Parts: sequence; structure tokens; C-alpha cells
Amino acid sequence: MPDASPLTLDDVSVLLVWTAIAIYALAFIAYAVDLARRGAVAVDAKDAAAKDAAARTARERELVAAGGGGAGSRTGIIEQMRAQETASEEALNAPVGKRARLVWARIGTSLTVLGFLFHLGGDVTRGIAAGRVPWSNMYEFALTGTLLIIAVYLGVLFRYDLRFLGTFITGLVVVLLGGTAIWFYTDIVPLMDPLKSVWLVIHVFVASLATALFALAFGLSVLQLMQARRETKIAALAKAEAAASGTAKTGPGFLKTLPSADALESLAYRFAILGFIFWTFTLIAGSIWANDAWGRYWGFDTKEVWTFVIWVLYAGYIHARATRGWRGARSAWLSIIGFTAVIFNFTIVNMFFKGLHAYSGLS
Amino acid sequence: MTDPLRPSDHADSAASDVTQPALGVVGWLRWGWRQLTSMRTALVLLLLLAIAAVPGSLVPQRSADPNGVRQYFVDNPDLAPVLDNLSLFDVYTSPWFSAIYILLFVSLVGCVIPRTKHHYKAMRAQPPRTPARLGRLEAHRSEILEYQDDTDAAAAAARAIEAAEQQLKKAGYRIARYDGAKALSVSAERGYLRETGNLVFHASLVGVLLAVGIGGGFTYTGQTVIIEGRTWVNTMLDYTSFNPGRFVDEDALEPYALTLDDFSLSYVTPGQQGAGQAGDFVAHLTTQFPNADAAEGEVRVNHPLQIAGDKVYLMGNGYAPTITIRNDAGDVVFSEPVPFLPQDNNMTSQGVVKVPDGLREQVGLVGFFYPTAQELTNGAFTSVYGDLEYPMLTFWVYAGDLGIDGGVPKSVYTLDPSEMTQLAGGDSGTQSLEMKPGDTVDLPDGLGTITFENEAPDAAGFQDSVKRYVSLSIHRDAAATWVLVFAVLATAGLLAALFVPRRRMWVKATRQGHTVHLEYAGLARGEDPALDGAVEQFAQRHLASLADSAATGARDTKPGSTPDVD
Ligand code: HEM
Repeated sequence: MPDASPLTLDDVSVLLVWTAIAIYALAFIAYAVDLARRGAVAVDAKDAAAKDAAARTARERELVAAGGGGAGSRTGIIEQMRAQETASEEALNAPVGKRARLVWARIGTSLTVLGFLFHLGGDVTRGIAAGRVPWSNMYEFALTGTLLIIAVYLGVLFRYDLRFLGTFITGLVVVLLGGTAIWFYTDIVPLMDPLKSVWLVIHVFVASLATALFALAFGLSVLQLMQARRETKIAALAKAEAAASGTAKTGPGFLKTLPSADALESLAYRFAILGFIFWTFTLIAGSIWANDAWGRYWGFDTKEVWTFVIWVLYAGYIHARATRGWRGARSAWLSIIGFTAVIFNFTIVNMFFKGLHAYSGLS
Repeated sequence: MTDPLRPSDHADSAASDVTQPALGVVGWLRWGWRQLTSMRTALVLLLLLAIAAVPGSLVPQRSADPNGVRQYFVDNPDLAPVLDNLSLFDVYTSPWFSAIYILLFVSLVGCVIPRTKHHYKAMRAQPPRTPARLGRLEAHRSEILEYQDDTDAAAAAARAIEAAEQQLKKAGYRIARYDGAKALSVSAERGYLRETGNLVFHASLVGVLLAVGIGGGFTYTGQTVIIEGRTWVNTMLDYTSFNPGRFVDEDALEPYALTLDDFSLSYVTPGQQGAGQAGDFVAHLTTQFPNADAAEGEVRVNHPLQIAGDKVYLMGNGYAPTITIRNDAGDVVFSEPVPFLPQDNNMTSQGVVKVPDGLREQVGLVGFFYPTAQELTNGAFTSVYGDLEYPMLTFWVYAGDLGIDGGVPKSVYTLDPSEMTQLAGGDSGTQSLEMKPGDTVDLPDGLGTITFENEAPDAAGFQDSVKRYVSLSIHRDAAATWVLVFAVLATAGLLAALFVPRRRMWVKATRQGHTVHLEYAGLARGEDPALDGAVEQFAQRHLASLADSAATGARDTKPGSTPDVD
């Protein structure tokens, strides 16, 4: 390379970001191994339990003499599931020091923290290089947005043991951040006038925070649906005499180590309502800014439309949770659709839709 | 009674069988109303609203992007009229979109009013009777205390309940005593704020809608252009376009005047990242009210000027070269700055000059202005920088009928050459006119001369050689403040509705001989993940306070330990 100019701060930032992506990718692998092993561990535990149960059933047979076998295994499989779920719910709420020693999950989390530090470094150096907050074009917004997703995830880990969401979170961030670094990278240019506003700082930051919370809710809602399927299958199995064989497949093994669909749902809901509050705030702050910049607080500009659509979808989700017949799977789908709209809004709408929010910095 | 009233299909309501409406109009109406104000309807309408809003982001909207709509008609001549019939260019005022949100808000009002009444009564009602078996509730703690004798125990039970009463009251609970022969109890309820918040939230949404609807009638927006050195007066005459709400009196606008003294901006200089990008736009204005002293004001992006209840926004800017045209006799027939519309980031700008009178024929000129001109290989010019480094003005000249006598208003930015012959530029065979500031050149066919005036002839460079103009947008928005107030109220209501726990708590003291059985129980009303912890915490604190205040009587909080009797 003929150009021997020294590394600029922005180059450093790019290097840090790529390092972070690589580390997150490793974290993703570690978390994936963790999930796979959880399944195996659960199978071992189940085998042991099954042996127990079989022994018990045999004894019961001797005692009761006739016909108790079917009933015994029926309650057995359901009971077993309930016991697993109770244990998983306790694990979910266990304080940091008392958590299960899942080696691969630990590796995953440590790598995520390491990746986060590089990521943070990349974000901060970008901000310093640009001399302003690092969320003024699509590249920077994605940089900070994904940083917040990781930050919220790591923060929540102090309260709940959500490491089973690690694959989803690190996977999401690798895809978003990697895509951003490849396709959205933009050189540092001075801010356009409309962006010189405190509302940029507030509006965009709060939107990222809401996105991070919606992402967690999304992950939990997906797991909730998977878990609910498994629960239905187990209930069906318990009814059928086939339960005695205990070999039927009910879903990915790691589900056995996760809380019940109900518990996942109420956790998803908690993140979603927090996200909804932040999103409401995003909407209001955006309107105030639009009123200063464009002379109207609301004009159904494309980006405004999508912000509104997302808000209404999550309002729908909250309602669904309170509507008979909509709790459970249906409301979970709304949470999934809501987050899909968030991602759509950030990617497709930014890139291809025409509107006043033409600040992606891409051309 | 104290439960919040919910539509019958709320997840917490007892499932009622679907009652067939009694025959008759009233029965059907009542049934219809119940359907409309049910949770399911609200939910479906919300989802419909979300779906219905989407097309407005796919197809350009007249309100946000009128030029886009025009372009759409040009690009899709077959499809566009069909979409137009479906109101797809006016989604947010379309009948179907309106129908959805109006139904939603009718449902909302129908839902909120009975709930408000109910809640008002509930806030005055007593907390409910203590259940007979507290042990069955989801959150439950119990403790057995032992005392010297029956009298001591009775006194201690009374003390314990009184203390619980005080502590619950302090923690924000509403309380009621329910004492029986053997068992004393206090029943407590808190979190009415949750329902209040919910009602405030929903009512504020109605507030936002009303503010937008009613306030919109008193709102106007108008656009204008001011060239440096010129004055604009706030009357209908001086607006280039004006959109008043229904109740705006166009003859009663505040009579103030704005003079554009100077428009300043800065450029990122070549060699830096983002070279050529313009920013720091400031329009320096003099504001003047009748019979008052002039004052200074400025308009910047994100910082509108507030004047007489109006807000003045900076929407755009450009160059307004001053053109002087003389006829063949040397008389001035046209002399004024002409605003040119910017076409690209480097301010290549297009403008039109029309000279209806004073020349042998009507003359129209279509011009391009390049603040920093550079010649392309094909001989055309382009601008490579937005500032005035090497300004150049070129004109095509047309003569004939300008078409402005027909009474049809014509835009000052476009020329219709259909009734004219081209004398210079393009395919006319004559070179287009080219001028630097200060230059005078001949018009073709000996029509006269044209001068591109230099506004700063004595300066070394071209920095101030051409005037600039700003396009301003003047707004009066009667609704904005109210919308904000209701939005903030809605958010506050939402916070309370989502995060204030609503729960009941009971403390019961049952005396049995010389022991007192203390029970604590809690019941969540709605989402309340912290209930169990709250009961636990209350029990701990209550027991601790009993221990502290137990000056008389022995106590032992460990059930089952040795009785402390003689
Ligand atoms: C503009 C339309 C509406 C929006 C945006 C909306 C939004 C919301 C939101 C965000 C919540 C959760 C916060 C809270 O609990 O207060 C909620 C709750 C609720 N909404 Fe609405 N709502 C709308 C219309 C309606 C209508 C028409 C009804 C009546 C059928 C209704 C009945 C309720 C009820 C009963 C709750 C409490 C749910 C619970 O117990 O958790 N809402 N609404």
C-alpha cells in the first residue's frame, strides 16, 4: 500500500469493532455448545429419573397388584416436567453466586463481556474521532444499538440467569454488527444541521434501549412458543399409553432446562413493557424534535409511520396479554411480529424507503 | 367490588357464557355495544390500525410528499388512478383509516367511562373481608408466638394487629378491620393508582386525538421566500402558499414584518472529510411590529424564531442572482434578484426570468447558476462547490408568448416555451449566454442587453457577489402544546398502570390459649411478580417491630420451641 499514513482513530475504531465481532462469534459458539450440552445433561438426568420412576412403578405394581402402570407413568412424565420447570425457574432467579456451573455458558458470558469491552472501545473511539455522540448515521446507530443490546443483556444477567438467550443475543449482534461493518460503514463527516440537536442524543439513544429490550422479549417469546409446544406434546404423550416407552421426541433437548412457557411469557412481558415505555418516549421525543426541525410534530413520514406501527403492535401485545384467548401463543406471536417490525424499520425502511429521515449516510 | 372493572373477555374476568341477545332492537344494540367495547375488538382494531398505517409508507403521501405523488402518477400512469381511488395517496385521511381509528376511540370511550365510574366508587369502598383460609393464597407466611397466659396472648394479638394496621397504612395501603371472636384481622389493599394510571392513559389518548382534531382547525402553515435585503409582511399577499385550518381568519394575521439582513452558512473546506458540505445555516432577521421598535431575530435549523405566537422555520436556501435587462434603447425593463432553485448538493441552481413588457417581444430566460463552475468535457458546466468561488450564470433565451396573459397563474420557477421560439442555447444554433458577476452581454436578435449584477463589485473575490435567499415556513400550531401535555400525561399514566403493583394483603391474629397464630397473606390483582417478596418482607418487618415493642410478655418467634410458661 503506497499510502503509509498512520492509523487514524477511526481506523482503530474499525479494528476494535471487527475484533468485537470475532469475539462475539466465539461467544455464540460457546453458548450454542452450552445449549447442546444442556440437552444432553437433561437426557442423563431424565434417564436417571426414568429408572427411578420405573423402579417405583414396579414396586407400586407389586403393592397395588393390578393396572396401576399406565397411571403411574402418566403422572410420572408430567410430574417430571413440572419438577424440571420448578428447578429451572429457581435457576432463573438464582443470585449470581448460586448459579449452575455451566462451563460453556460461563465461557460464552466471559467472551461476551470481552467482546463488549472491545465493542465499547470501538464505539467510544468512533465518537471521539467524530467529536460527537456516535449515533448520527446508520453505521453509528447500529454500532451503538448493538452495544446497548449486549449491555442490557449483560445487565439483566445480574438479576436473571438468562444465559440460555446467549446464542440468540450474540448471534443477533454478530449478524447486525457484521452486516453493519460490511455494508453500512461511512466515513466521518460533520453533522448535517438538522442533526445538531439534543433530541438526537435522547431520541436515538432511547430508541436503541427500547430495541434492546424488545430483542430480549423477542428471544423469550420464541422460547415460550417452543416450550409451549413441548408442553402440549408431553401432555398428549401422558394421555397416550405410549408414554410408558418414553422415547417420543418432544423438542430440542435444552428446552428441558428452561422455565415453563408461562414463566417465559411473563418474563418476556416484563421486558416488553419496559421496551414499550422507552418506545413511547422515543415517539414523543421524536415528535418534539420534528417540531423543531421540520415545523410539525407529526407528518406521517415513513419513519414516523413505522415508529407508530411498532408502538401500536406492542400496545396490541400488551392488550393481548390481558385478553382471554389471546394470552400465551397468540400474544407471543405479536411480540415476535413487533420485533420483526423493529428490525425491518431499522434495515429495510432506512435503506429503501423514501422520507425525511434521510440520515443513513448511505448513498 | 374493589376489583377494577374489565371488559367481560378480559383474561382476569370470570368466563361468562356468550349470552344470546334478547330479541328486539335494544337487545341487539346492547349486544353490539358490548362487542364493540370488548377487549377482543379493541385488540383487533389496534392490529388493524397497525396494518392500515403501513401502505402510507409504501406509497408517497400527498400530505408529506406531494411531488412524490405527482412523480408516481407519471411513472405509473395505469396504477396510480386505481390507488388514488382507494385513497392510497391520502391514507391517513382515508375513509377506511378513519373508520378504524374512530371505531377504536368509540370503543375506548365506551370502555373507559364505565370503568372510571366503577373506579371512583372502588376508591371509596372498604377493602374486602378477610378470607377464612389465608393458607390457600399464593403468597402466605405464618408464625406462632407464645405468651405467658391467655390474657397476655389476647393483648398481644390486639397489639399485633394494631401494629400491622399502622404499618400497612404507612406503606400506602387502604385498610379495614375484620374482627371475629377468636381472630382479629386487618384487610388491606393498595395500588389503586394502577387503575387510575390505566384510565389516565386511555383518556389521554382521547385527549391527544381531540387536541389534534380541534387544534388543527386553528392551525395554519404558510411558505414564503425572502431575498437578502428584502422585507416580508405577514399578510396573505406575501405568502407563496398558505394552508389554513377551518377556523383560521385569514384577514386577522398578526401584522409583523421580517427583513432578511443576512444569510450565513459555512462550508467544509476541500481536503477534509465531507468537503463541500454546508452547515451552520443562520438567517439573520430584523423583526418589526407596527408602532414598535425593530428587533433582531435569527432562524436556524432546529431553532425556529418565535414571534407573535407564530414559529418561523428555515426550510431551505439558495442564490438569487440580480439580473438587469435593458431594451435596445438602453432603458431598464427588468431589474431584480431572481431566486434560483438548488438542484444538487453543490448548489447548481435553476431559475427563470420572464420579461413580459418593454422588449420588442415577450422574452423568457431559463438559467442555470453555478456558484463554483467547472466545465465538463462535453462543454456543459457543473458546480463543484456550494460557495461562491467562481460563479457562472448561463441562460437559454426564448421569445414569443409567455402565456401569462391568459389568466392562468404560472409558477415563477417554470417557463412554458410551447408558444415561444428559442433564440439562444440548446438546438437554437446560438450559444447560450454565459456571465460572471458584473458581466453584461447582448441578448440575441438585438433585443437588448442583460447584466448579471455584482453585489460586491469592490471586493477581491466573488464571496459576496450574489445575493442569497431563504425559504421560510411560518406556522401557528394551536394543538402542539396540548398534544404534548396529553402525551406526557399518557406516559405518566402508563408508568403507573404498568409498574404500580395492585395487591391485597391480610394479617390475621388467631389466639389459641396462650399462643397467637399470626398469618400474612397476599393476593395479586394483575401482573405482580414481586408479591411473594412483598409478603415476606412485610412479615419480617412486622415481626421485628413486635419484638422491639415487646416490653412485656415473653415472645418467641420460633414456632415449636419450648413454651415459655411456668
Ligand atoms: C387507542 C387505542 C388503545 C391503545 C393504544 C391502548 C393501549 C393500552 C396499553 C398500552 C395498555 C397497557 C397499560 C395499562 O395496563 O394501562 C392497555 C391496557 C388496557 N386497555 Fe387499552 N388501549 C387502547 C384501547 C383500548 C380499548 C378500546 C379498550 C376497551 C375495550 C381498552 C382496554 C384496556 C384494558 C382493560 C387494559 C388493562 C389490561 C390489564 O388488565 O392489564 N383499551 N391499553
